[in-house]
Amino acid sequence: MSTTSARPQSEPASPDGLSEPRLLGAYRTMALVRALDERCLALQRQGRIGFYAPHAGQEAALIGSALALETDDWVFPAYRELAVALVRGVPLQAIVDQLFGNADDLVKGRQMPNHFSFRDQHFVSASSPIGTQIPQAVGAAMAVRYRQAPAVTITYFGDGATSSNDFHAGMNFAGVFRAPTIFFCQNNGWAISLPRERQTRSATLAAKAEAYGFPGVVVDGNDVRAVHAAVRSARGRAVRGDGPTMIEAQVYRFGPHSTSDDPTRYRPEAQVAAAREHDPVARLKADLVAVGRLDEPGDARIWEESRAAIAAAVAHAEKAALVDPLSLFDDVFARRSPRLEEERGQCAATLGTPSRSP
Amino acid sequence: MRRHPRDPVEVAVTELTVVQAVNRALHEAMRADPDVVVLGEDVGVNGGVFRATDGLLKEFGADRVLDTPLSETGIVGTAIGMALYGLKPVAEIQFLDFIYPAFDQIVSELAKLRYRSGGQFPCHVVIRTPYGGGIKGGLYHSQSTEAYFCHTAGLKVVVPSTPADAKGLLLSAVADEDPVIFLEPKRIYRAVSGEVPDGDHRVPFGQARTVRDGTDVSVFAYGAMVPPSAEAATTLAGEGISAEVVDLRSLVPLDEAAVLASVAKTGRAVVVHEAARFCGFGAELAALLAEKAFYSLKAPIARVTGYDTPFPYALEHVYLPGPERIAAAVRDAVRAN
Ligand SMILES: Cc1ncc(C[n+]2csc(CCOP(=O)(O)OP(=O)(O)O)c2C)c(N)n1
Ligand SMILES: [Mg+2]
Repeated sequence: MSTTSARPQSEPASPDGLSEPRLLGAYRTMALVRALDERCLALQRQGRIGFYAPHAGQEAALIGSALALETDDWVFPAYRELAVALVRGVPLQAIVDQLFGNADDLVKGRQMPNHFSFRDQHFVSASSPIGTQIPQAVGAAMAVRYRQAPAVTITYFGDGATSSNDFHAGMNFAGVFRAPTIFFCQNNGWAISLPRERQTRSATLAAKAEAYGFPGVVVDGNDVRAVHAAVRSARGRAVRGDGPTMIEAQVYRFGPHSTSDDPTRYRPEAQVAAAREHDPVARLKADLVAVGRLDEPGDARIWEESRAAIAAAVAHAEKAALVDPLSLFDDVFARRSPRLEEERGQCAATLGTPSRSP
Repeated sequence: MRRHPRDPVEVAVTELTVVQAVNRALHEAMRADPDVVVLGEDVGVNGGVFRATDGLLKEFGADRVLDTPLSETGIVGTAIGMALYGLKPVAEIQFLDFIYPAFDQIVSELAKLRYRSGGQFPCHVVIRTPYGGGIKGGLYHSQSTEAYFCHTAGLKVVVPSTPADAKGLLLSAVADEDPVIFLEPKRIYRAVSGEVPDGDHRVPFGQARTVRDGTDVSVFAYGAMVPPSAEAATTLAGEGISAEVVDLRSLVPLDEAAVLASVAKTGRAVVVHEAARFCGFGAELAALLAEKAFYSLKAPIARVTGYDTPFPYALEHVYLPGPERIAAAVRDAVRAN
């Protein structure tokens, strides 16, 4: 198993709190993700990418949690976690290439935007069906323990996912097997049009952990330090052999569920405006300004640099080649079956392309 | 409103898209029978992610239009319970690709309740779900896995391809006595509008529809593959090939008589579906023709299908059968003797 990971140099591994330089790094990543959201929503409207699921409002939860992980930890994400991949050292270009589904895309244009796979950073392939990654993270944690590796697994999922079969199976197995795993629930208030109260009568989502026999904690997901501390502590428990923890990060989804969604159909604008008062990006900026780590010109530079980096990545992604049509038949199995060879030949004939196997 | 041209009795019609016809059928079924209830994710306030259930909550209230938690097992399992008690639930699964958490409830329970209870507990649930590719939905918003359900005894499986059939088949589904998987071709939800008879317009299950008469070859299709098949037939007509296009409409029960009659006439068969080829519904049609129409066949049966790969994102256009691939298969079939 590969354990290499390019953690950005500004992020030294394993401090228990977030030092000011690391906080500034966190802020840079938050700005990058916020700017990427804005750019991608526009790209989708222009028909240049097919789909996008925005992160706005969830940056502190995503980045604070990711900063609490170690290189050898494994991440089992859903589709709203590209910020975690960035923190783990995935280059922006790799993310943008996936959004375009071009020939440089590591998943070979096979998945919708936001469904990433980054093997080198232990960021496991994301799927659309809700909750499927949760028991998988538990299994990987059981394997971690079997191998006696000093690592944990973390799985990301939403409030809606806590209604899925897989959430409950995963929680139960984790409790029974005391798996070194972290259930990181981003409660952003909504599962498409359904408010969190329509998923469960529980007072909190974290309360569910109790019935499975391990701690569940609620954390202010707009507070990057609080999120980091909660994950750090859950990680410590897991590594010590004390078993799993569920963390409910309370955030708010500022944008639509995805570019296919129109939230004005089901929630009042006033609610969004009120939530924006607690914008995690603005909050961290204010903190950094207060301690003298950041000033307005410095902040403007961060945003400018973010937008420039995104523009460059988008330009590069749009210049990349299209995926080879015949790659359709690769990776179905480890080796193409005779049947797939035959279909590949037929497909090549249909397309008028040579089908000589690579 | 207009008069429906093909109808001997004068029936008022309204011009609707497929998704509007589904919506219309749901409204009418709920108005006609207080036992009809609708449940699913985002079906209430949001009116469904494709707007198929738009307006139902407003007209019928939250007791009959249930926005459920995110659990397909919960949706189908509770629908089964409601049906056992006598209601007529119409469950929406947001995408066919997300039906699998409910697979156990569907294949182990819903399909078998009547049989395993010796007929004491029939269970009539309608499960509506958008299926199929063509919307750049990648692996999990595109699949056509009708064969899983056709393979399970006890389930009826229907697929409209026109607005009139969407309404007519859905009203028949609600009125049926058996569980029905109602597959909605999302790619053509809004592609065309057509005349839909007003009122209690029902299209019976098990009756195929001849989209276009022909004499040289029979093209069998359903759902979103009907329009490209018809387009191919138009192209072929210009080349002097007379292709008959048959829309199966209902896979279970299958209109065997219509399939056999068409091939008895043409002697050649091309089956079109967007699902993967291996063990797809086309294999059943090919077997039927081999068993019951062998001596009418003048050419090997051809299948134009999705490939035996997962459904791709960037290469969707390569994967999905289109008019060109269908026309090419028809030409081969016609040249084959
Ligand atoms: C099994 C399944 N059912 C339905 C869907 C459709 N769907 C996609 S996202 C979503 C809501 C998810 O809400 P939540 O878990 O809170 O995550 P969020 O999108 O808020 O991050 C739904 C219903 C799906 N992807 N998978
Ligand atoms: Mg949510």
